[in-house]
Amino acid sequence: MAAFYSLLAVLALIVIPWLGAGMGMGALFGIVLPYIAIIVFMVGFVLRIVDWAKSPVPFCIPTTGGQQKSLPWIENSPWDNPSDKKGVFMRMVFEVLTFRSLFRNTSVKLQQEGPKVGYSSEKSLWLFALIFHYCFLVILIRHLRFFLAPVPWAVHVTEFFDSILQIGLPVMYQTDALILLGLFFLFARRVFDGKVRYISLMQDYFPLLLILGIALTGIWMRYVVKVDVIAVKELAMGLVTLHPHLPKEAIDPSVYAHLTLVCALFIYFPFSKLMHMGGVFLSPTRVLPNMSRRAMWVNPWNDPSIKPHSYEAYEDDFREKMIEAGLPVDKQA
Amino acid sequence: MYNAKYIIPGIIFFLALIFAPVAYNMGKGAFEVKPELPKDQKDCIEDAQTMRDKHMQILNEWRNEAVRDGNRIYVNAKGQKFVKSLTNTCMSCHTDKAKFCDRCHETVGVAPYCWDCHNLTPNQKSPIPLAQNGEAGGH
Repeated sequence: MAAFYSLLAVLALIVIPWLGAGMGMGALFGIVLPYIAIIVFMVGFVLRIVDWAKSPVPFCIPTTGGQQKSLPWIENSPWDNPSDKKGVFMRMVFEVLTFRSLFRNTSVKLQQEGPKVGYSSEKSLWLFALIFHYCFLVILIRHLRFFLAPVPWAVHVTEFFDSILQIGLPVMYQTDALILLGLFFLFARRVFDGKVRYISLMQDYFPLLLILGIALTGIWMRYVVKVDVIAVKELAMGLVTLHPHLPKEAIDPSVYAHLTLVCALFIYFPFSKLMHMGGVFLSPTRVLPNMSRRAMWVNPWNDPSIKPHSYEAYEDDFREKMIEAGLPVDKQA
Repeated sequence: MYNAKYIIPGIIFFLALIFAPVAYNMGKGAFEVKPELPKDQKDCIEDAQTMRDKHMQILNEWRNEAVRDGNRIYVNAKGQKFVKSLTNTCMSCHTDKAKFCDRCHETVGVAPYCWDCHNLTPNQKSPIPLAQNGEAGGH
């Protein structure tokens, strides 16, 4: 049901601007909505980060993915169980660029021979997540050709490599096909894997279907209806130079559908799990060095008027009662 | 706020990324694209909207049909006939690539590979040697 409602929501976000643009509401979907979306995105994102930054971390809780630094003759894993800032930096670099923690994903199965639990490596989530995220990045960079004039060299290079197979005209981008592959896998995993389906909610399906909708409307515009790219750039340049206006030439309604889906993504972003984009840098399980045995971790919400109370002091307070109850004590009365 | 010395630069970097396109375009003048249309001709092989949206598709089909099937005559929606040739048909009216093709292509960062092989004008000599026997294809 959650997946179905998400699908309905995304379909509504396609149909409403599609019809609306046809009824002369192009300015609403092409100008007003994008500005609202980017403001909600910026303000929401920053407030969410500030909110997290204000939350105290009571314990030192890094994920320990390897041997911690201890005695000099025990080999340790400085990236998976970092003990200093350098190690944390490397851990974050690999986490953000290569999704190292997804690479460790395992699946649990009861083995067929008997009631034995078997753990096996499960790399498909890592692979398709990596494909999806990098394709999204390349697509984002490619889209800068609509927002920058003149188009910078780096965007040309990205385009060149993305369409290097020179299939068809307009040339096919490999990332267009690959992002669909990644999205379909991530969606199928939620739908067909019973364990994942059980924990999937609407907020898991909706962003997947929303991005799928963005990719499909994009593909539709480029390869099927072939929208007027110059007019689209005129609209985009108007937005980005803060002199918004609708282009003279008519734009296909699918452009407004695509744009509205993107706006929906921007508006939804700060309130959703998509905030992992900023949140990964504020995850105590990732960004803290594992120092709990060598440095004192002070819980920031400790009441400073409450002093540390050692066991010795505790025994001093209750020694007679402990002896009476027959509890062992370090120091006799 | 905890760890402000990391988080505040991070937020500034994030906002800078968002405003980078605004800053990049600042002071570059109004955005305008004006391909130079031929003065002596009014109609292209199809109507303007079709040409604007589908010219790359038409050229791709022309290339495939002419080179692979030897079919060199294009019949448009009105029944008029044209030779399927970029240089001899298209560029006999749109003579200057820099003032017509490039005006739009460069604006949106498209680099078509047509002129890797094709001549810029019908008068120019072909970079590809003509076939010794049989028909000399109109490049």
